[in-house]
Amino acid sequence: MKILVGVKRVIDYNVKVRVKADQSNVDLTNVKMAMNPFCEIAVEEAVRLKEAGVASEVIVMSVGTTQSQEQLRNALALGADRAIWVEAESDIEPLNVAKAFAAVVEKEQPGLVILGKQSIDSDNNQMGQMLAALIKCPQGTFASRLVIDGDKALVTREIDGGLRTVVLTLPAIVTTDLRLNEPRYAKLPDIMKAKRKPLDTLSLADLGVTPKAHYRLDKVEAPSTRSAGIKVASVDELISKLKDEAKVI
Amino acid sequence: MTTLLIAEHNSSTLSSATLCGLTAAQAIGNDIHVLVVGKNVESVADEAASLAGVAKVLCANADVYEYALAEPMGDLVVHLAANYSHIIAPSNSESKDFMPRVSALLDVGQVSDICAVLSAEQFKRPIYAGNAIATVTALDATKVITVRASSFDKNIKQNDQKCPVETIDFVAESVLSSWQSDDITESTRPDLSSASRIVSGGRGVGSGENFALVEALADKLGAAVGASRAAVDAGFVSNDLQVGQTGKIVAPDLYMAFGISGAIQHLAGMKDSKVIVAVNKDEDAPIFQVADYGLVGDLFAVLPEMTSKL
Ligand SMILES: Cc1cc2nc3c(=O)[nH]c(=O)nc-3n(C[C@H](O)[C@H](O)[C@H](O)COP(=O)(O)OP(=O)(O)OC[C@H]3O[C@@H](n4cnc5c(N)ncnc54)[C@H](O)[C@@H]3O)c2cc1C
Repeated sequence: MKILVGVKRVIDYNVKVRVKADQSNVDLTNVKMAMNPFCEIAVEEAVRLKEAGVASEVIVMSVGTTQSQEQLRNALALGADRAIWVEAESDIEPLNVAKAFAAVVEKEQPGLVILGKQSIDSDNNQMGQMLAALIKCPQGTFASRLVIDGDKALVTREIDGGLRTVVLTLPAIVTTDLRLNEPRYAKLPDIMKAKRKPLDTLSLADLGVTPKAHYRLDKVEAPSTRSAGIKVASVDELISKLKDEAKVI
Repeated sequence: MTTLLIAEHNSSTLSSATLCGLTAAQAIGNDIHVLVVGKNVESVADEAASLAGVAKVLCANADVYEYALAEPMGDLVVHLAANYSHIIAPSNSESKDFMPRVSALLDVGQVSDICAVLSAEQFKRPIYAGNAIATVTALDATKVITVRASSFDKNIKQNDQKCPVETIDFVAESVLSSWQSDDITESTRPDLSSASRIVSGGRGVGSGENFALVEALADKLGAAVGASRAAVDAGFVSNDLQVGQTGKIVAPDLYMAFGISGAIQHLAGMKDSKVIVAVNKDEDAPIFQVADYGLVGDLFAVLPEMTSKL
């Protein structure tokens, strides 16, 4: 079984973003970029399935700018076999990305597609579900456990009240939550080896996808900030502040 | 122009997030229909029919909807979509699962997690873990939207007269996935998403057993218990208590953080709380930058002292 994994280049999760002075967007000049943390978990899960003999090949795919090849090479160093880069603008919308993935799924016929549940830049939480709808596939979102059993996938999902396990008939789409696994680090020899692994370049047109604008970004503002309050010296002082000043207890 | 609001409920009552969703729907300004989906949910539909501002309730009651699986939910909403300009739902683990399916099947974009309605087309939503707020205009004829409940008022009036309830007979045929089991956290405490007081613990609490100290204070205050991801990852508490960018978004009157450093991903989930209290033994912990009241100290001393003095 082939596994297709999505990889997105995003701002590093430790970086605090700044909004551009003209409020047109956030400022990403000279900002450290990295693989979206949920995509790292997706890559790790696919590589583990290959190591366990469940998967025969792990293909990673990214839809984005030239620089997203860095994240693909990174995924190859982590153990993916080959990569597909689909050239697009950095702010391409989730539905257009899902259409590009749908076209590749059609061509490659993977048994499983693993994607991060959300990207930490746009925080949309949409792409996997959209892809599942487009290719008429079952979906298991926010997975914290994945077991492949013959032609079924058992997915334990993180839901608001606890955990839910669903059974999906393969081929299926799984989106990863944080607790699915602990991603490994790439070792230097593997980074060297990854440079020789195949990386195919495609355009959206090659995939028959005409990107469509579903929304317009009008403005990006900094959120209203909270100012630090006061430090209290004791529990008694804290209780009296909460009772008499804030009136919340 | 009509808005379809998809209700969140537990099969017996509507959640407060549904009321917040209704406030957002009212701000959009159309007639409002509320869709109640599930198994044996007639009483929920009846409850929705008395909410101010609702013109009609649609009730889809069938076995296939019992667990709100994304595939049948998506098919049902798409079946109803032609009559609506806006399809909205409070953000929760169900709507996050099926709403993007609805969007893709309708070939429209989705605006996730709005925190303000500027017009019927223009909305605000947090991006980058709430470190920036985007204003976006939805360009499609049908607008598919999820609503961040904590940003909208839950005080909805009741009408004396109920609006009509229409039964939807459409039964989705999707059999792509099936439910196997639930492992639901039983708790007698208030629900984290809607609680007016929350006591949260982080890695500093140290262990699952020590969390009893957090729980004791929560019980004294009638508060819900929350946690940072580090506390969840370490196995101190279950995952559904996680507050943050990728956990629950909360905005209680009082949020108390014990042994939580204040990473941006955690702040993303709680910084709209009315009053924030932080207790941390590190006086430079970033959480103090957003706390109204900070106490530099050892939580193992502070928690029992507070619990006994309240
Ligand atoms: C993609 C992604 C998504 C994430 N999503 C979330 C999310 O939704 N929610 C979330 O919370 N995190 C999230 N995180 C994790 C986040 O970055 C932090 O790692 C996490 O919030 C840290 O938790 P903490 O504050 O409990 O632990 P730490 O940062 O380890 O802080 C522990 C604190 O406890 C204090 N302490 C220790 N002992 C005591 C004591 N005896 N008394 C008083 N204070 C004490 C320490 O001084 C320290 O400040 C996410 C991370 C990533 C990469």
